[in-house]
Amino acid sequence: MNGLGFRQANSWLHTWSGLLLGWLLYAVFVTGALSFFRDEISFWMQPAQHASVAHAEAPQRAVDTMQAMAPDASLWSITLPGPRNPTTQVRWFEQGERRSKFGGQSAVLDGTTAQPLQERASRGGDFLYRFHFELYGMPRILARWIVGIATMMMLVAIISGVITHKKIFVDFFTFRPRKGQRSWMDVHNALAVLALPFHFMITYSGLLLLMFMLMPWGVDSAYGGDRQAFFSERGNRTAASAPAPAADKTPAALTAIGPLVRQAQAKWPNGVEQITVTDPGTNLATVELRERGAGSLLDRGRSGRMLFDGASGALLESPEQARPDAFSAIYNVFSSLHLLRFADTWLRWLFFIGGVLGSAMVASGMVLWVVKRLPQRRKQGSHLGHRLVESLNVASIAGLPIAIAAYFWANRLLPVPMQARADWEINAFFIAWLACLAHACFRPHRKAWKEQLGALALLLALLPLHDLLRGGGSLLAAVSHGSWVAAGMDFALLAFAALSAAGVYFLRPAQAKAGKRAPAPAEGIEGVSP
Amino acid sequence: MSTKKSSGSGAKLSPAGHRWNVASRTLLAVAGGYAITAMATASLGLALPLPRAQAVMAATLFSFALYCALVIWAYSAATARRAWSVAAVLAALPAAHLAFRWVAA
Repeated sequence: MNGLGFRQANSWLHTWSGLLLGWLLYAVFVTGALSFFRDEISFWMQPAQHASVAHAEAPQRAVDTMQAMAPDASLWSITLPGPRNPTTQVRWFEQGERRSKFGGQSAVLDGTTAQPLQERASRGGDFLYRFHFELYGMPRILARWIVGIATMMMLVAIISGVITHKKIFVDFFTFRPRKGQRSWMDVHNALAVLALPFHFMITYSGLLLLMFMLMPWGVDSAYGGDRQAFFSERGNRTAASAPAPAADKTPAALTAIGPLVRQAQAKWPNGVEQITVTDPGTNLATVELRERGAGSLLDRGRSGRMLFDGASGALLESPEQARPDAFSAIYNVFSSLHLLRFADTWLRWLFFIGGVLGSAMVASGMVLWVVKRLPQRRKQGSHLGHRLVESLNVASIAGLPIAIAAYFWANRLLPVPMQARADWEINAFFIAWLACLAHACFRPHRKAWKEQLGALALLLALLPLHDLLRGGGSLLAAVSHGSWVAAGMDFALLAFAALSAAGVYFLRPAQAKAGKRAPAPAEGIEGVSP
Repeated sequence: MSTKKSSGSGAKLSPAGHRWNVASRTLLAVAGGYAITAMATASLGLALPLPRAQAVMAATLFSFALYCALVIWAYSAATARRAWSVAAVLAALPAAHLAFRWVAA
């Protein structure tokens, strides 16, 4: 910028690129962090399934249930209980029905008895996952472009932020409490630097996941616009399955599944995730087993598969996977780290904390923008733009978590047989978010923060309590049969309730604080208590 | 934060001049940066001495880093004129390469 040195120009760029899309980036970060626990959230939102416990005989029992429920289906797909969901999920297709990922009929079975469990209509964690990169209620491609542009700005904000702070290491160990703007700056720096490798990795990999949409020009020029040719030449697509043999179908019993699963378990350390049976009950039946997650990051954690003859149980094929080239491997490592399908529970929590730190980093940056301009506003009086940023800060930083809490509450309170129930859960999310925006616009700034954080603490803390009082409750399931998936969610709700309550405590009136300071005016939050 | 006195050839601008300056740099950063990155990606995808699919992968993986650097350049050059002229020089090479390929084809 004219008249500014290199570092100051980057400081300017960091401030404005951060502010312009900060709110959207915050929403992307929050819903993205939650998406690391997409399966767990979906499970938590099906309370009738919390008592399910995975059993070693689940594969055979699920097949037995399918034989009774859908003997004439053309295909059964059975997802076995695992560490992220202790139920068995089944899907089947009638003869001649098109096989798509979400088509056909589906049911959820108990992980031990394989009896169907009650399901409530809910999008579960999928809503948050989709929102993370496709927002809601707009064309998918448009939304991906918007999020892609915001992600590019995040990359610019990260790099210009690093350039701005020449003393990045010293700054990390600097915290000056109750110094208003300085304190917020220190918080922002600490959050940014603490997880800088994570922030960079998650941002760049986010761009890479959208790269063939955002930057298709390399493919288009080298392949003359034929993207299919590129993908098949890169050799990272699974080959189409072999055409069905021409032999006549005759009834035949399906082989026992247990021995096949044990054979696969001997080969795969994480066991079997999915069983697909085609043409069950005939001589042409095949059984395909898929490995549970966790392959090498180099091939994007692609799982292995084994194909068996459904009648004889003989192993037909067990293809070895091709090694990807160096650049595909780089792409695969980055995108695996973003999608995190391979991770065990501890790594998942670590990444979740990274996502929370990222959300807090974005949030503290936006608060810093307001705090930095407070002295000027006090001198020059109120300013519409400043007030707008203040309101949007409250409505996004506190309002979005309230909206998510409202989504969870709607999941618990809406009657199970309700029409369009899953849609109303999502409506509750947006109604609550709009209410937060209105509240933030009409209340004084400091009061708006305090009331919304207080409401958030209550909404989150009362959720596990509500479950406990309604009988069941995940904590009970955890203690009685060691099923920790839903209980983990409850502990996280309580932890975030405590965090919000701490925010309310920090916003208590200035005269009540220990160190006597000049009382702050009603609007503006400036001190950080240690 | 730097306490160094600002240097460089840029003089203080009037408020209207400042607005035009920011608008010009933003146009360069957003549209110019994307155009240069797109051309560089297309050009590198053709030019890198690797199998075709790998060259395209490498160029596309690198593209966002290039775009980011171009955005930072657009705002940190001493004057907007300097930002534009260096960007034009950078654009010339991939543009010439692509034009040559297009004519040859």
